Amino acid sequence: MSALLTVEHLSMRFGGLLAIDDLCFAADERRITAIIGPNGAGKTTVFNCLTGFYRPDVGRLTLHRPQGPLYLERLDGYRIAQAGVARTFQNIRLFPAMSVLENLIVAQHNVLMRASGYSVAGLFGAARFRRAEAEAIEFARSWLERVDLVERADSPAGSLPYGAQRRLEIARAMCTRPRLLCLDEPAAGLNPRESAELTALLRSVRDREGIGVLLIEHDMSVVMGISDHIIVLDYGKKIADGTPEQVRHDPNVIRAYLGEAEHEALPAEIAADLRRDDRPT
Amino acid sequence: MGYFLQQLINGLTLGMIYGLIALGYTMVYGIIGMINFAHGEIYMIGAFLAVIGFTVLGLLGISYVPVALLIVLFTAMLFTAVYGWTLERVAYRPLRSAPRLAPLISAIGASIFFQNYVQLAQGARVKPIAPVISGGYTVFEEGGFTVQLSYVQILIWLLTLALMVAFALLIQRTSLGRAQRACEQDRAMASLVGIDVNRTISLTFVIGATLAAVAGVMVTLYYGVVDFYIGFLAGIKAFTAAVLGGIGSLPGAMLGGLILGLVEAFWSAYFSVEYKDVAAFTILVLVLIFKPSGLLGRPEVEKV
Repeated sequence: MSALLTVEHLSMRFGGLLAIDDLCFAADERRITAIIGPNGAGKTTVFNCLTGFYRPDVGRLTLHRPQGPLYLERLDGYRIAQAGVARTFQNIRLFPAMSVLENLIVAQHNVLMRASGYSVAGLFGAARFRRAEAEAIEFARSWLERVDLVERADSPAGSLPYGAQRRLEIARAMCTRPRLLCLDEPAAGLNPRESAELTALLRSVRDREGIGVLLIEHDMSVVMGISDHIIVLDYGKKIADGTPEQVRHDPNVIRAYLGEAEHEALPAEIAADLRRDDRPT
Repeated sequence: MGYFLQQLINGLTLGMIYGLIALGYTMVYGIIGMINFAHGEIYMIGAFLAVIGFTVLGLLGISYVPVALLIVLFTAMLFTAVYGWTLERVAYRPLRSAPRLAPLISAIGASIFFQNYVQLAQGARVKPIAPVISGGYTVFEEGGFTVQLSYVQILIWLLTLALMVAFALLIQRTSLGRAQRACEQDRAMASLVGIDVNRTISLTFVIGATLAAVAGVMVTLYYGVVDFYIGFLAGIKAFTAAVLGGIGSLPGAMLGGLILGLVEAFWSAYFSVEYKDVAAFTILVLVLIFKPSGLLGRPEVEKV
């Protein structure tokens, strides 16, 4: 079990707001690491730093690969994606006008671009490109099967129901052949049955593909059920780090979710549920 | 009848040239949501490169038309590609996240710059070339009026159709085309699946510029004269064509170009040549008022 991603002393400031304050953590291969915390704790900001949307003010984000470490804070977004960090969004961002299948093929852009000699060969239908494209379609189909969208392969992605769009977004992220999959609230808006399916999918991604999963999630049943490791943020600071069992009983976590002492007896899941009711939607 | 047919042929030819230029507008709009007002100047530079090319080849004694034409086409496309790439790099990329007005002003600035640059380098006078391709078919004769389909017109039709097919394949089938469509729909997301957005945008400008270059070469062959100012009017007309077809829609650009070419030809034939530009721009005004999304464009959907 080696660290796949290490985040060291990450800080990010927006004007007067310190969104992330000296954050350190590690995410391992073949494990699901969850980042939880109340609203505004800086969870999505961490993702934005990891995927090149923001340049962190301070800190080192290292992706460990067999061929040597890679410092993500120095790379452009598409280079980070090429290095193997894939991401989904809280508000789904598919390519809505493309078909479901095409969403998965465009995710394999780099493989295809190389095979097609930057489209020149593709234009003339060279055999090498056709073979690469056939493989890409095959790979995309295998993912459609795993997320149960084979019948919808040719529909525009924007026309899928909400839950299916979420699954497609994960499949698309997986089609970039990532080493680290970052999921921003994948269970948001899903019904309990869909949440259970999602949980099974994430487990299979962890076990079959053997990649690391980094998860932001508010749904505590999902988080507690699948995480191997949980990091709790509050006001940009890490307040707890450990297994679900450790985090659940950590007094700091309970305080962060519920405020001071009087609710201390409540377990974190209920705390989170309470919290969720007054969350603006 | 004969007169009508002749105007139809002329209108289609003109329309195809507008369509080729309009593709560049609509592609760039699709991908970065900005009107590249310097695109007409790229077309003008393409036309100048054709004049220079044919003159140089004439001096070198290469007069076999297919060879000369191919050489001129490729050099014109190559040079305008460099111009298109530089234009994006210098005038637009630094302003990509600026308010929308800034790149628009920068585009008009680039356009004025190109006009003056060519005027300085090539002189302000009209540049003629000796006809490279002459002759044509007589389609039919009627009461002393002959309907002519010239070889240049046939060449323009064939070349435009071939380019359209190649272009449609590029957008639909290749991974570059897919990357362009992905950038069009969600640029940030495109980079998250590993697409180099900057390079894709650069290539879009390059492709648009090469199409404009072909249009420029064709126009030089067709009319035999160019000057440094032709890019302005042709650019605005092609823009009208793109808006008429639905800005952002590639088939729309071609359709809009053809309609505009036909309207101009028939207007000149039956009403007045002097006011043909009025006809063209009346279309622009009417489309913008009554159907801003154009003939084939998707209406702007409010995002929730």
